[in-house]
Amino acid sequence: MTKEEKHIVLKTENLTIGYSSKKEENIIASNINIELHKGELIGLIGANGIGKSTLLRTLTSVQSKLSGNIFINEKDLNTYTNLDLAKSLSLVLTESLPSKNFTVFELVALGRQPYTNWLGNLSESDIQIINKAIFQINIEDLKNKKCFELSDGQLQKVMIARALAQDTDLIILDEPTTHLDMYHKAYILKLLQQLAKDTKKTILFSSHEIDLAIQLCDKLVVMTEDNVVSDQPCNLISKGTFQNLFPKDLITFDENSGSFRVKK
Amino acid sequence: MVFIANISLGSISIPTKAILDSFIGTQDNISWQHIIMDYRLPKAITAIIVGSGLGISGLLMQTLFRNPLAGPFVLGITSGASLGVAIVIMGASIFGGVLLGILASKWSIVIAATLGSFLVLLTVLIVSSKVRDTMAILIIGLMFASISAAAVNVLSYFSSAEELQQFFFWGFGSLGNLSWDEILVLAALYILGLLLSVISIKTLNSLLLGENYAKSLGINIKQSRLLIIIATSLLAGSITAFAGPIAFIGLAIPHITRQVFNTSNHKVLLPAVFLFGAIIILVCDSIAQLPNSEYTLPINAITSLIGAPIVIWLLVRKRKMMF
Repeated sequence: MTKEEKHIVLKTENLTIGYSSKKEENIIASNINIELHKGELIGLIGANGIGKSTLLRTLTSVQSKLSGNIFINEKDLNTYTNLDLAKSLSLVLTESLPSKNFTVFELVALGRQPYTNWLGNLSESDIQIINKAIFQINIEDLKNKKCFELSDGQLQKVMIARALAQDTDLIILDEPTTHLDMYHKAYILKLLQQLAKDTKKTILFSSHEIDLAIQLCDKLVVMTEDNVVSDQPCNLISKGTFQNLFPKDLITFDENSGSFRVKK
Repeated sequence: MVFIANISLGSISIPTKAILDSFIGTQDNISWQHIIMDYRLPKAITAIIVGSGLGISGLLMQTLFRNPLAGPFVLGITSGASLGVAIVIMGASIFGGVLLGILASKWSIVIAATLGSFLVLLTVLIVSSKVRDTMAILIIGLMFASISAAAVNVLSYFSSAEELQQFFFWGFGSLGNLSWDEILVLAALYILGLLLSVISIKTLNSLLLGENYAKSLGINIKQSRLLIIIATSLLAGSITAFAGPIAFIGLAIPHITRQVFNTSNHKVLLPAVFLFGAIIILVCDSIAQLPNSEYTLPINAITSLIGAPIVIWLLVRKRKMMF
């Protein structure tokens, strides 16, 4: 591995996540130590309610951590201003858009907001970056369509293009494959793999598509009741991590095929 | 053009050329000069401020709350103003005659309306700073509106017929009767509100993606939310204080503009709402004059009579609500 590829984009040290109120702390997960490198595609997997969203919300500074440290580009997350963070970290969320009366170009262009002036005017270079993002995601034919005309899969691609136009080292996606059919699930994740390779961006996504994630990701972060581990998919398989992912009464992990099987 | 037509129409019709003469001071007919400079011109300027100001504050609220039913008055501004005015007009008989002396002056109504809307707005702001959810602010605003409306009802119950009539006349809204001094104060507040709205254009566009996305684009949500609310209060609050509660414009103009321009980009919408608001209220006011007759209808009735069918027609024609 070259030195550049070892560059750590996101790092957590003994991170504890959860919710705190005046009375008590509700710890969701603790002792989280992960390191994400430049140009990696990382999948975050775990059962429903295990705390994937809480982890992503904490990493993106939507919610505060309980203890431990988070570093983005070797700088403590707490020391980032909103604007600086917007230049280092972009998001693709599951929530639906309140307004879809934009053209695809306008929506992708909103990704340039951290860089534009007080009125949000686009410069020549902004327009170039937007067009490049649209090209990389392969949605040029949709460029002048309105967002309410798009299918779920198309809209997801547009949202990824918007995050790409934000030109950040780290892109975090919350369940980017929900609502999509099998083909588009594979398509979106393959696209993310391609992007991580081509643009050298670090892409972290949460997903329930464990089979696909095992095949495509450079690294997986697996959350279970007891701990949070991160490693390359093949190492995780040989360590048997996936066996503990779900209760064993219904499905088991088949190590040969790298997928789950329903107990007959 | 609409501006000139508006000035020209009234109980006495004045030709266009005479209006231009009046502006540059070469008008021979002194009574025309008087009507135009002291009555019709101030009214037309007030109309422009009212139409564009309410339209823009409606747009701000609809985007902030991501709710097409929001208008400039969801924060309790009108209800606060009407509570203030109700106390001044109708409270006098209840709280004794001490206040009666100042009742006659127009400024006392303006001040009462301003104080009323300011106090209700302040309460809404304080309560809403405790909640994280923007939607909760909407509900809180509506709740305070109900409380003030109830207080007004109680006051009305104990009031004489004359006081009630006076209060209802204020409730009709009026673009006329503003002196140049009053227009100056109104215009200053209006321009301040307008500037804050222009500063917020970028934030408003990112808010169309939802608050979480806006935040991820580097927007400071709490601060921008406060800025937008202050802009709305300045616009809608000052207008309500001086012209009474003008209905409908604030809700309808943003919808009409979105349907016509078919965009949600605030860089286009803000100036377009400004223009549409000004034009539509000038048209409404010209109609309310009932040209060449002595009667003037309440402006509130006309804005709704004209505006509502336009909105319905646009929605039916496009079969789709743009937001």
